[in-house]
Amino acid sequence: MTSVTGHTSARLRWAPWAVFALLAAFPLVAPLLGLDFYVGFVRRGMVFAMAAASLNFILGFGGLAALGHAGFLGVGAYALVALADAGVRSAWLLWPAAMLAAAIASAIIGLVVLRTRGVYFIMSTLAFAQMLYSVAVSLRAYGGDDGYNLFERPAFGLGLDSAHEPTFYWVVLGLLALVMALFDRAGRSRFGHALAGIRDNETRMRALGYPVQRLLLVAFVVAGAVAGLAGALLVSHNAFISPATMHWTQSATLLVMVVLGGIGLRWGGPLGAAVWIALEEVLKHFTEYWHLPLGLLLIAIVFVAPRGLAGLLATPRGTGAT
Amino acid sequence: MTAILFFEQMLNGLGYGLMLFLLAAGLTLVFGIMDMMNLAHGSLFMAGAYLAAQVQGRSGSFVLAVAAAVVGVALLALLLEALLVRRLYGRDHLAQVLATFGVILVADDAVKLVWGAAPMMASPPAALSGPVELLPGLLYPSYRLVILVAGVLVALGLYLLVNHTRVGMLVRAGASNRPMAEFMGVRVDRVFSGLFVLGAALAALAGALLGPLTAVQIGMGEEILIPSLVVLVIGGIGSVRGAFVAAMLVGMVDTIGRAFVPMALRSFLSPTVVSDLAPLVAGLATYALMAGVLAFKPAGLFPARG
Repeated sequence: MTSVTGHTSARLRWAPWAVFALLAAFPLVAPLLGLDFYVGFVRRGMVFAMAAASLNFILGFGGLAALGHAGFLGVGAYALVALADAGVRSAWLLWPAAMLAAAIASAIIGLVVLRTRGVYFIMSTLAFAQMLYSVAVSLRAYGGDDGYNLFERPAFGLGLDSAHEPTFYWVVLGLLALVMALFDRAGRSRFGHALAGIRDNETRMRALGYPVQRLLLVAFVVAGAVAGLAGALLVSHNAFISPATMHWTQSATLLVMVVLGGIGLRWGGPLGAAVWIALEEVLKHFTEYWHLPLGLLLIAIVFVAPRGLAGLLATPRGTGAT
Repeated sequence: MTAILFFEQMLNGLGYGLMLFLLAAGLTLVFGIMDMMNLAHGSLFMAGAYLAAQVQGRSGSFVLAVAAAVVGVALLALLLEALLVRRLYGRDHLAQVLATFGVILVADDAVKLVWGAAPMMASPPAALSGPVELLPGLLYPSYRLVILVAGVLVALGLYLLVNHTRVGMLVRAGASNRPMAEFMGVRVDRVFSGLFVLGAALAALAGALLGPLTAVQIGMGEEILIPSLVVLVIGGIGSVRGAFVAAMLVGMVDTIGRAFVPMALRSFLSPTVVSDLAPLVAGLATYALMAGVLAFKPAGLFPARG
């Protein structure tokens, strides 16, 4: 495993922030170019970028290959739906509540799954996420298998109109920037370094007296809460949620995004999410059989670019990815 | 609740457990020996179900259909092992998860290309469509009975193979301490290729047998994979005995959650509350079992190592 920070060369350090600037300008430019449709598409991409970033945090720093992250996305989404159904309107209540619900779910599940490591961890996260899925299917009050239509997008207040598409877009963008800044800070903190230490040598960290279980649990809960926020944003964006969103194949897709972007690399999550979602969109345009090329691509990535796209970019010229 | 109903439900649970065992047995051996995580195991199950449905539709013979599914998928697995899986042995679990997830994506679309997106109809053979009277008053579908018998026979055969043959000894040696087995001259990689194919054949058998009871459709592999993995986690990776015990447990708990808990709830709750609550209980039962086992024995009930 490589170290987590300081891999992107100076040349590229400004690039992500330039992308943020471009993203901020996009809703203004899109109508001029006839790309209005893509404002919503990019917004969806940003939501998945957030989810992928949260998974990248525990995978990249903690070395926890969680294969159930979509479950927490779903918990956030359904928490929002439950409260909205009960009459809560404000996004500033609904979104934090979604985060709280996802944090509680990930704390309870984390207590069990973090007793395991390696392949047991992968399988038990997978199984518990599928448990959350089956809970969602049995929630008949919120549509069960058919899903739930959210008729009114959560209100922003502060004179902002949430029904105005670009406004919602900028709010999502702002939250994504906030989340990325948070993970960046966390990665540089003592906490982040301790996590990386656990990833690289858990026994040594235990011997040094670090509360390994507790640190991993905190990371797991933080990632779960951010996934919950992404879920809340997703249901606000789609105006719809169904259990399919939290099916285990969605968790696998999130994992794919992180690996595609680059595990543990600061922008790996968003980059992978952007590329994967763009590929999906393009392939769907050409063929009904768009899973097939994506599957082949995935197999190719595992063998050709195991460090992901950001890894390729960050590797100095002349030395290939290992 | 009558004894007859109880008995019938327990038989259903047993049948489900045996089919899960067919899937989990292959998975656990592959995991145990090569430390290889294969998510595409469910795709082999799906391939078996489709092949069987196709052959049965063409030929009308159920036996031929099952045989074709097993042999066809075994050949497919041989190809998959040589082309892809073999290259994943030395890699970390994440790489294995991703590559085999890629195989799932490819397999689902390949099936869609060949058979279309609509589910396929598979029915039990005509001779087995009626019920049999097991006990006075207990009528049980004969096809389900055949599944039970087939499952028990395969489990028995696997037990004999693993515990009482030379090949089985090599398998157990490889599972409990692979480097040591290699030092002793066991060609673990060759044993493994054979095991991978055997596991695939068992998955295909399960697919072919379960096809007539469930819908033969795209995504069926992804659905069955999860309870199979739950069995694996409960039983302990690498242990066939663990897989068997865990499969029986999961089959029983699932049946209890689906059939008996709603009945019990109905005795003190209103029917509407029960109809809301029952699917939740049924969905949660096996996971609760898994959580319980993990809380006390994180390496499963019968860990092959340590």
